[in-house]
Amino acid sequence: MIENMITWLVFSPLLGILLLLFVHRENERLIKAIGIVATLIPLALSLMLLRFFDFNQEGYQLTHTVPWIQFTLPGTGQALEINYELGADGMSMAFLVLTTVISTLAAVASLYIKQRLKAYFILFFLLMTGMLGVFASMNLFLFFIFFELTIIPMFFLIGIWGYVERERAAYHFLLYNGIGSAVMLVAFVTMFMNLGTLHIPTLTEWLAQPFVPQGLAAGLFLALLFAFGVKLPVFPLHSWMLKVHVQAPPAIVMIHSGVLLKLGAYGLIRLNMGMLPAQMEQFAYLIALLGVVNILYGAVLAFRQRDLKLVLAYSSVSHMGIVLLGMGAMNYSGLQGAIFQSVSHGLISALLFFLIAAIYERTNTSMIPELGGLAKNMPVICGALLAAGLANLGLPGMSGFISEFLAFLGIFNTYPALAAVGVLGIILTAVYVLRAVLLTTFGPAKEQWAGLKDVRGFEYVPITVLLGLIILIGAYPSVLGETIHLSVETIVHGLLARIGG
Amino acid sequence: MDLETLLSYPWRIMLPEFTILGVATLISILDLFMKEKVERKVLAWIALGGIGLALVFLLFNTGQPVQEILYETYRLDGFANAFKFIFLVGAALIFLTSLDYVNKKDVPYEGEFYYLILTAVLGAMIVASSADMITLFVGLELLSISSYILVAVRKHNLAANESAMKYVISGGIATAVTLFGLSYIYGLTGTTNLFEIQERLAAAALDGYLPVIYFAFFVTFVGMAFKLSVVPFHMWAPDVYQGAPTPVTAFLSVVSKAAGFALVLRFFLVTMAGVIDVEQSRQAGMYMMALGNVELMIALVAAASMIIGNTMALRQTNVKRLFAYSSIAQAGYILVPFAVGAHLLYQTGPHLVIGPALFYLAAYLLMNLGAFAVIQLVIKETGTEDIRGFAGLYKRAPFKAVAMTIFLASLAGIPFTAGFIGKYYILMGAVGAGLVWLAAVMLVTTVISYYYYFGVVSQMYMREPGERAPLKTPAGIGAVLVVCIAGTILLGILPNLALDLLETHFNLVEIFLPARG
Repeated sequence: MIENMITWLVFSPLLGILLLLFVHRENERLIKAIGIVATLIPLALSLMLLRFFDFNQEGYQLTHTVPWIQFTLPGTGQALEINYELGADGMSMAFLVLTTVISTLAAVASLYIKQRLKAYFILFFLLMTGMLGVFASMNLFLFFIFFELTIIPMFFLIGIWGYVERERAAYHFLLYNGIGSAVMLVAFVTMFMNLGTLHIPTLTEWLAQPFVPQGLAAGLFLALLFAFGVKLPVFPLHSWMLKVHVQAPPAIVMIHSGVLLKLGAYGLIRLNMGMLPAQMEQFAYLIALLGVVNILYGAVLAFRQRDLKLVLAYSSVSHMGIVLLGMGAMNYSGLQGAIFQSVSHGLISALLFFLIAAIYERTNTSMIPELGGLAKNMPVICGALLAAGLANLGLPGMSGFISEFLAFLGIFNTYPALAAVGVLGIILTAVYVLRAVLLTTFGPAKEQWAGLKDVRGFEYVPITVLLGLIILIGAYPSVLGETIHLSVETIVHGLLARIGG
Repeated sequence: MDLETLLSYPWRIMLPEFTILGVATLISILDLFMKEKVERKVLAWIALGGIGLALVFLLFNTGQPVQEILYETYRLDGFANAFKFIFLVGAALIFLTSLDYVNKKDVPYEGEFYYLILTAVLGAMIVASSADMITLFVGLELLSISSYILVAVRKHNLAANESAMKYVISGGIATAVTLFGLSYIYGLTGTTNLFEIQERLAAAALDGYLPVIYFAFFVTFVGMAFKLSVVPFHMWAPDVYQGAPTPVTAFLSVVSKAAGFALVLRFFLVTMAGVIDVEQSRQAGMYMMALGNVELMIALVAAASMIIGNTMALRQTNVKRLFAYSSIAQAGYILVPFAVGAHLLYQTGPHLVIGPALFYLAAYLLMNLGAFAVIQLVIKETGTEDIRGFAGLYKRAPFKAVAMTIFLASLAGIPFTAGFIGKYYILMGAVGAGLVWLAAVMLVTTVISYYYYFGVVSQMYMREPGERAPLKTPAGIGAVLVVCIAGTILLGILPNLALDLLETHFNLVEIFLPARG
């Protein structure tokens, strides 16, 4: 059981699909119940996996390997194998748990969905399998397959259940991410043809060897940077993500912002940094610079937005910049900050989008000028919004603070000038977050919002769980720090070995 | 040729062909004596039975050593068997879909429809087994002429007549061009046997006739490009696909195209192998440039087909035209291994060309025929060929919508489908041979293709249907859908089912082995 538990975890969301197939599509109560309960299985499995996980062991654990595809290599006639290989190290573990937690909460948030529930949840579970698969893949072929598997359900989820301009947003999503994946596939096939394997640990070892041509390695690095840059998203490849944030249904935005953007961060850290440390060193300044651009660009534009969703979308652009900045620092605390920021932003943005969805549900708008004074009638939701906003701007004691602190600590050691400019982002963040939150919640209460109800039963669940986790990580960072410690150390060790420090 | 020689041939290797020929004859006679008013459905069932029997005989033929009959003009080898499987399975699936399609009002000569498909398949089988330019040409023409009539079989339909006319004329030109090229090859070598051509072309290349050889190669290839519907001979496809009866469109896009690939692969791999060897042995720069040109030419044709097919498809609103452009693009993908192969042929043998191409053809057979089965049903039900006919299909017929989604995803190369593995296999070859630019064109155009494939998908799921009544599935189409879905997904998840089969039972290197001696 333990040896293939990771397979169970990745494919357990499919159990939900199996159950749903036997339910009539009119039976909405049952579908909703299954939709939520079935996400608890992967959640439980991921927590169980966490129990079996040995935090003092380096490298991948809990691996499950099965021989899968054999190609006869065109060219040399050599036989090439692609195995089905799943496993997890500390970093994977952190993201796996993040995925299951956010998915469960997004399933709860899916109670806002009104139509075609059965199809919705089937796609939801497919999406979940794709996300879990990416984080658990020890093999780039699988990584790619699962990566693609997240795109197709997302296309439908945005295009069918989104807001007015949903189809445009779905197409933007599909084409941008399709191009990213295509570039990624070229990189993977090139690796496969040159080194004969797609096994991540083997590649990590081999790609660092001196016999790998520098041009090839640099090409791979840039291709992967582009592919994950689209996903993260890095300015100027971000425009699709704004559309998705505005048009997709709230539960899906929670997943998108909370987990899917992290696929980009995960890929950059695992593949660019982990497998190509020498090239990472070459391009570190570029990446840090891109990070600063993201931070400032996102923050400035977030300030200009009138739509709460767009404020948060740009805020995500800005916060993903901190991930880049942490990576560019090329040291332990920087990388730790990057991973912390990925997880922390996942939780915070999921919470923020849930709250916006709750507000939209009641008021039918997310335009800041139309809102205002909501706190009178909805004190709990507005309180939570304020708390989430404070977490977002990095208030000490919450997860955002520790992430930014670590990332900036790292970057100040490496590129102090960039760091100094980047820090401005923190101030700008405070400005736009407070402006948005205060304009929505305080001020004179508008008449038309007089009868609004405050938080309802099921809405407590995402709010308390997410806030709890945000404060937990903020107050006791080693919860996350110890999980990822060895992964970070391994990657940084690889980097230092190259730099010679 | 006396009786004794004739009897000494191992005729059983032609049993699949004889079966098809026999059944076609039988049906045509039955058709002649059946009363005018009687339904001809029974003929379709007889034909299906015949195809089944031919498949059984083919099964006995697989794994046999290379054999040649009729003065080395007709041969049995792994290559031929693999292609014949594709033709027969494709034809069987098309018969199943046409059961629902063919009716007296539309197709006045119902019987003809059935036996012309059989003769077309027979032509394709002859092409796959040929070891001689004459047999090759006879097979090709049998296939072509049957197809011309099939396109025109809806006698009273104006569009059908027009497209048949276009098809005949452009097909005639293509035939002429092909023959022109072949005549050069005959002039250079003085023989029609492919294996003798191989030797003598190599000698001619040594004697300094390379420019003529390349000219012959170029002209022949351009002519044969017609059957593949790749650029530059692709213009007929959209009009003909649109005007032809839907099962015939499916036939043209799958079986006829596969036959084109059999033709191109068989002819060029065998005849040009010697020439490429010669060039490899010479280091002279000019000759290497010439070799580069062959490769470059095919690569350019492949790239142009992918680009033109995929971008033109973006603008189509007629679903059959859309699939015509899609099939031009798909043919471009399948040509990629051929461009790679010209480069690597001398090192490793042909399986690296044929393997990926065959796998993709098999995948293409499943996904495209499946898609056409749904298209046929939707066109019949809604009475329109416009893509909007698919609007809200999910609400009217969830199973068919999901099936169509799987086929479209496979055509677009999304993971967990046969189309993805096929593309991946082709891509490995291209990158391995250093043709990264071609791989890049393939991937970028693939992403472009998302737009129109998912355009159909979004019609099915994101638009409201004009009518709410559920769609009925005729048994034949249902069977086709089940087979195609199962195949598409199975080959996508466990591709080694097909890859191993190809390796163990179809020795593709045999294409180079003359059976003489």
